Amino acid sequence: MKRAGFRNPWLPILLLVPQLSIIIVFFYWPAAWAIQSSFYLQDPFGFGSTYVGAENYTRLATSVEYRKVAWFTMIYTILVTFLSLGLALLLAVKADKVIRGAKTYRTLLMWVYAVAPPVAGFLGLMFFDQSVGPLTEFFQWFGWDFQLGVGYTDTATAMVMVAVWKQIPVNFIFFLSGLQSIPRSVREAAMIDNGSGTQRFWDITFPLLAPTAFFLLIINITYSLFDTFGVIDTLVKGEPGNNPVTLVYKVFIDGFRGNDLGGSSAQSVVLMVLVLLLTIFQFRLLERRIHYT
Amino acid sequence: MKIMSVMSATLVAGAFSVPAYAQTEISWWHAMGGQLGETVNQIATDFNASQSDYVITPVFKGTYEETLTAGIAAFRAGEQPNVMQVFDAGAATVIAAQGATIPVETLLTEFGSGFDSLDYISGVRNFYADNDGTMIGMPFNSSTPIMYFNVEALAAAGVSAPSTWEEFQDVTAPALLEAGFIPLAQSHLPWIFTENFYSRHNIQFATNDNGYGDGTTEILIDQPEIKAHFTAVVDWIDQGYFQWYGTGWGDNQTPFEQGEVAMWLGSSGSFGGLQNTAEFEFSATLLPYWEGITTEPTQTFIGGAALFAMSGKSDAENAATAAFFEYLTSPEVQYSWHRETGYVPVTEAAYALATSDGYYEEKPAAQVGIQQLSLDAGEFTRGYRMGFYVQVRDVMNREYGRILTGEVTVDEGFAAIQAEANELLDRFARTQN
Repeated sequence: MKRAGFRNPWLPILLLVPQLSIIIVFFYWPAAWAIQSSFYLQDPFGFGSTYVGAENYTRLATSVEYRKVAWFTMIYTILVTFLSLGLALLLAVKADKVIRGAKTYRTLLMWVYAVAPPVAGFLGLMFFDQSVGPLTEFFQWFGWDFQLGVGYTDTATAMVMVAVWKQIPVNFIFFLSGLQSIPRSVREAAMIDNGSGTQRFWDITFPLLAPTAFFLLIINITYSLFDTFGVIDTLVKGEPGNNPVTLVYKVFIDGFRGNDLGGSSAQSVVLMVLVLLLTIFQFRLLERRIHYT
Repeated sequence: MKIMSVMSATLVAGAFSVPAYAQTEISWWHAMGGQLGETVNQIATDFNASQSDYVITPVFKGTYEETLTAGIAAFRAGEQPNVMQVFDAGAATVIAAQGATIPVETLLTEFGSGFDSLDYISGVRNFYADNDGTMIGMPFNSSTPIMYFNVEALAAAGVSAPSTWEEFQDVTAPALLEAGFIPLAQSHLPWIFTENFYSRHNIQFATNDNGYGDGTTEILIDQPEIKAHFTAVVDWIDQGYFQWYGTGWGDNQTPFEQGEVAMWLGSSGSFGGLQNTAEFEFSATLLPYWEGITTEPTQTFIGGAALFAMSGKSDAENAATAAFFEYLTSPEVQYSWHRETGYVPVTEAAYALATSDGYYEEKPAAQVGIQQLSLDAGEFTRGYRMGFYVQVRDVMNREYGRILTGEVTVDEGFAAIQAEANELLDRFARTQN
């Protein structure tokens, strides 16, 4: 293969400038600011700030509440990621088998993708409404006195359900196209070797889907950690109270509602480091086991 | 940037009013949505029409918390509005930031026709004032928690509205429960069952004169009286006398409007809205108190919000702000605001006008808030002054929710609030150096 080169050394830099400047303005610059202000205690109006060293961090490390929020975030992320991946995979495998009216099915399953997180949260509010919500009535039918915004577990359940529901279509689209790109010949060969559909799926189909699944895993973890903000904010109606919240929502609560910029910055730095570690871990440990065809 | 914002303000204002030359334009950021927002826009339109020198443009900025955050961010960027609405819990933050605002007293003395705090009803004089009693914020939508009741429900149960909590738990609640109602709900635990609980019983809420004095303030929340109250509330829940529908305001108000809950503790400012939503006859009475704690219950202090004149504006604009404040506190405007919304009139003159007009004979419930604010004052009834109080309230809401759902005991909950709130107060104190 021929290597392409630039004659003018400035040209590639020039071509990179738009992308780089966007990253600098929207990521590096605010990130540097967050790191800096995480070492200060600031007056809300900006009249003065005091250097407090690592206090904003040690405060988090010793806070029981922060640990509770972190713990919830972990469970929430695991639940949302696995449920939305699992259900989407199931739907994709089934949809892949449908021949008649396949397009209609797929379109119907993808529809939810177009719903914005706050709108999804709002739909959730109506479904889980304390007095007229159909899902509230459904749960009560089973003897579960479900009350959104009152019981911690009740609100958590609603958050997970709405977040999963919102994410399934994205995963579905990727899984379905992943399934359709598996060569027919491979499947037919497998069919001759093994009659069990379940075993064929785990031995042949799933490993071939692994690159898609890995990509989706990263996307879904990020989604659960960050993008579900809108869902959470809508479901708790802006009043955290005794409801479960995630780490990113706590950054917002302390910084933008409570006006504690230093403390909030420290939390966002912690999140940044967490995501960095998570990504390194995923690429180092998980990606090695994956075969790209 | 500044020129741009003035230009855009001009454009916006120009769209709504007849353009005239040499008019001074000012902006007003507020948190009044829905029906209240319409009333706010009407006030601004009327002010603009009442004279030809100034034009005010109201801008809705979301919830109270969002408005405060937007105002602070704008101030840091040098883009602050002329007038900003700040709610009770944010007052300490704004008042502590000397130099961010012009005290309303100074503004009206310098640019208006003078200021006398005695013009204001007693319950509103101190809350937005500094240590020396100088009024910093101009009380605007002032409210206080009162008890609304469904007249038909109480008649069906054969009881009258309780004046003490003892009466409630011994007489009123059992009868209402028997008659098929949920006896009681409330909409704001930190405001109604905490801040105003302290004021109604004249109990010290924080060291340092409830935080008004200089130095570090500590909250006094892990106290026997309020813990006894919450122990009683937990007991009421068990017996079916009380139901808690979560931290959101509306979730607790809706069951009352639907007639399931017979009595509801809400804001005197809810009166206007209830008149539209409640399909039954309702009335209101003073916030009950515990006879076991005091036999001489005191006044409550105002909640709601105040208007702050932001600093860094030209004299001409400050004069416009002063003119607007004077218009807003005129008895006629106050009376009409009071009638439209249910918020209390903040001046004695406006109260007198409402009385002489016979409004309270027609709607006795509309007077309850102002009556409660005018009860005898006590040593600890003028309010509280605590920084990062929005966060303190969030901590209270969190622990109260846990107490009421049985996740923690009353003792554990209050110990947690005390510790976390004092840590926040200490942090705030250190931002002020």
